[in-house]
Amino acid sequence: MAKNDYVLFDKNTQAFIYNMQTNAVQRMLDFDYASGRKTPSVAAMINPTGSDGFQKFFFGLKEVLVPVYKSMKHAAAKHPNVDVMINFASFRSAASSTEEAFAIPQIHTVVIIAEGVPERRMRELTAKAKKLNKIIIGPATVGGIVAGQFKIGNTGGTIENIMDSKLHRPGSVGFVSKSGGLSNEAYNIVAQNTDGLYEGIAIGGDRFPGSTLLDHLLRFEKNPEIKMLVCLGEVGGSDEYTIVEALKKKQITKPLVMWVTGTCSKAFKTEVQFGHAGAKAGSEAETADAKNAALKAAGAVVPNSFDDYGEKIAQVYKSLVKKKVITPKPEPTPVKVPMDYTTAVKAGLVRRPANFISTISDDRGEELKYGCLEISDVFKRDLGIGGVLSILWFKKLLPKYATKFIEMTIMVTADHGPAVSGAHNTIVAARAGKDLISSLVSGMLTIGPRFGGAIDGAAQLFSEAYDAGRTPQQFVDDMKAKGANIQGIGHRVKSVHNPDMRVQIIKEYAKKQFKSTPLLDYALEVEKITTSKKDNLILNVDGCIGICFADLLRSEFSKEEADMYIKLGALNGLFVLGRSIGLIGHFLDQKRLKQGLYRHPWDDIAYMVDMKE
Amino acid sequence: MAQKAIREADGKRMIARLLPEYTNGLYTLTDKYVTVGPGTDMKKLPTQYKWLTKDKLVVKPDQLIKRRGKSKLLLLNASWPEAEKWIKERMSKPVTVGTVTGILDHFIVEPFIPHNQQDEYYLAILSKRDGDEILFHHEGGINVGDIDAKASRLFVPIGTFPKTSEIESKLLQKVPRERQSLIAGFIEGMFKFYADLNYTYLEINPFVVTGRTIIPLDLAAKLDDTAEFVSGRKWGGISFPSPFGRQLSAEEAYIADLDSKTGASLKLTVLNSEGRVWTMVAGGGASVIYADTITDLGFMSEMANYGEYSGDPNEEFTYLYAKTILDLMTRKKNPKGKFLLIGGGIANFTDVANTFKGIVRALREYQKKLQENKVKIYVRRGGPNYKEGLRIMRELGNELGVPIEVYGPETHMTKIVSMALKGDK
Repeated sequence: MAKNDYVLFDKNTQAFIYNMQTNAVQRMLDFDYASGRKTPSVAAMINPTGSDGFQKFFFGLKEVLVPVYKSMKHAAAKHPNVDVMINFASFRSAASSTEEAFAIPQIHTVVIIAEGVPERRMRELTAKAKKLNKIIIGPATVGGIVAGQFKIGNTGGTIENIMDSKLHRPGSVGFVSKSGGLSNEAYNIVAQNTDGLYEGIAIGGDRFPGSTLLDHLLRFEKNPEIKMLVCLGEVGGSDEYTIVEALKKKQITKPLVMWVTGTCSKAFKTEVQFGHAGAKAGSEAETADAKNAALKAAGAVVPNSFDDYGEKIAQVYKSLVKKKVITPKPEPTPVKVPMDYTTAVKAGLVRRPANFISTISDDRGEELKYGCLEISDVFKRDLGIGGVLSILWFKKLLPKYATKFIEMTIMVTADHGPAVSGAHNTIVAARAGKDLISSLVSGMLTIGPRFGGAIDGAAQLFSEAYDAGRTPQQFVDDMKAKGANIQGIGHRVKSVHNPDMRVQIIKEYAKKQFKSTPLLDYALEVEKITTSKKDNLILNVDGCIGICFADLLRSEFSKEEADMYIKLGALNGLFVLGRSIGLIGHFLDQKRLKQGLYRHPWDDIAYMVDMKE
Repeated sequence: MAQKAIREADGKRMIARLLPEYTNGLYTLTDKYVTVGPGTDMKKLPTQYKWLTKDKLVVKPDQLIKRRGKSKLLLLNASWPEAEKWIKERMSKPVTVGTVTGILDHFIVEPFIPHNQQDEYYLAILSKRDGDEILFHHEGGINVGDIDAKASRLFVPIGTFPKTSEIESKLLQKVPRERQSLIAGFIEGMFKFYADLNYTYLEINPFVVTGRTIIPLDLAAKLDDTAEFVSGRKWGGISFPSPFGRQLSAEEAYIADLDSKTGASLKLTVLNSEGRVWTMVAGGGASVIYADTITDLGFMSEMANYGEYSGDPNEEFTYLYAKTILDLMTRKKNPKGKFLLIGGGIANFTDVANTFKGIVRALREYQKKLQENKVKIYVRRGGPNYKEGLRIMRELGNELGVPIEVYGPETHMTKIVSMALKGDK
């Protein structure tokens, strides 16, 4: 069914939303559902910087997909019934996107939300709209609403307010104002004093809006569903005088309650720019007082101040009811819109168990937090890598001696040359053309019981023996009986006479700085026994780090906690963390040297294929 | 926002720089305009601008003051030493023009152009909804009189440009024939200048014709500052001075700066820092109505500020905005006490609870000062999450030790104004 020209939006109207304003779309769909619309009022969204796809929304309890198009033309071709575009483009691109919409014949109404569109561009667009017989609402507006039929964007606010202000079903009042914020206030006033709003439009606060107060009042005048007009004008400009003229010429015959705001401007000695761009009195005629007087003289119902605006509206409404121009309709049973989960949470109405728990860091506030420390504090206090690690791994800021020890272990384990299995794998992967992460991981995956795992192993082995009260001699004998190597003992080349400097450094630091080192002392006793058998059965660097770290954990945590961290693999973590520095180094080194694919030479492999037929 | 007045010197310099571009180089204007501000070292100027000591000079304040000649704020036909002395006598001193008193701090110095009365013409271009209007009068100058009644007019529909033939026939009939085409070409160029550079108002009264040159003597202009992203580069480094007598205070400048950093809107004008009625109102439209109501109730002289916040500013911005107002209102005690109206309509999408959290944070911080200043607070607001917002305000009322009354959408928007002020007189 074709629309009458005074109808811009009805219960079948569908719109495009320009830009990804998902909140506004959800609010429109909530309104649709509450109003009993069968189809959502948004046909599609246009995302000029994105790609085609879909966006999910609620329609009542159901979820619906709203298509998203990159191109407006494409969207129009797919949805030939759409004749409204709600333009959420920024002030920079609002004009060009509106022009683009004008080039599409089916688009009849464009609503421009942005504030700060240049006046000249707007005036050009307005002239063009007139020529093409199209309508602009805005710019700098929230939009408007036809009660129970169609709602533009964020108009009317939340669904609770829509129900409170009875915007989900039609009344008899046509309202127009400049201000979007005030229109919502006015809908509330209209709801309290009449049978409710039929249609409300906010034309926007600019000096030269795309459509004027009068444009919409004349539409309302023609619409037989609208029985009375309510309007809010504003100081500045001369648009209100066009209404005065229309009243005089009887172009407006329905009762009009109107108030022009800004009567305070006389109180200001110098020019004050009010919140709206157009609100500035340049001459006596542009003042609110002059406009209110002229409107009153022309037959509008003008209150004494905004305070009795509602009363005047009620008076006019009552007289129309009395004259039977308006017959109040019974209130329909409202359709209940399900509450949004986030709203319900905010209101403390629902709860839900979380699927994940995290206790070490928080990125939600103004600043990232490690534990309870804001990142700026971490730097202010110069906590270093050791401090950060102690917070994130052990949930405790350990004392300086301990965080320094952590850093020492990372430094000591950072690399051990290109020949060890981790580095070797990384090098081979890097040379096979793999990226950093693949090459790093390839090396990392060799870390285990034979390579790098001794830190963890030694810590566990020695602490178990120590805790079980075995003497170092008993411990060595036990291991021998089992035929097992003692993890953390023994080095390929280093010996008592040719000590490993890394071990010396760590050992000395622990002896000097730690509160106590019972496990290290125990291990050194063990070492005495093993080196007496063979020169190179020394406490090696892995063993030394693991055992010292176990001492450290035991002096900073309870024994149970310390054991738990070791069991969880924290010491392994130290090695992984340290060695990744070296592995990344090897990767970068190989790439820098542009090393080609590695192929192992045949003569280094003993081919002994002995499978028989 | 939107139209903003610029300094005369900036306007003239822009003409000197760009008029040739809009007239195919046929019209030129020598840039001989110097601005003297409070920080200008006047001793250095003659070496920088040699003409200052060669030409006879005109000096005027350049602060959007109308009818300077009539207020004796005009020095004509002066030498540089005379000009220097004249400026020094007036710089940073208050002067009253009409009912407005302000500090003089910007002057324009330009060459004195000897001419006859009949060489002075009036030109203005104004923006209207459907187009622009050119106003012209062949007898310009300070005694032009009621220009609305006298001027010849040419309406130029938006998107079009006037032809010189049109300009001559509609505007220049009373101009001597031999000058008609010269002036028509100038007006044609000035119109292009006006349109392309997003002017919203331009008045040159007078411009003078001497031989084949046209020189604007006095100029007032406004630019559409929302077009900054289009024309900003051509404008050059331009600033928008506040109206004469309305020096932007440090706090107003601070809020303007905050405003520029957010997509939301934060506005503040201090009307009377010793006033007892302070407002913190959400919404451009609502804020005007609150000011209206305060005026209606006869508290015009006690209204301390005008301002608004809107467009869903985040908690931090609202906090900084509120803090600035609280700081201003608690600087000087008044034995009669003060009022703070935290008002607003029913918001469309501003999260009331969030913005109120910012305000509450500021109120807490100023608890002691609010008590000392005997501040009574009235709150009225609606919109998304308003129940939570009102709840935290009420809760604050219990602990703050300052009376706070809190109302929602069931109460008429401006009711809190009369609640607060009735019975105060």
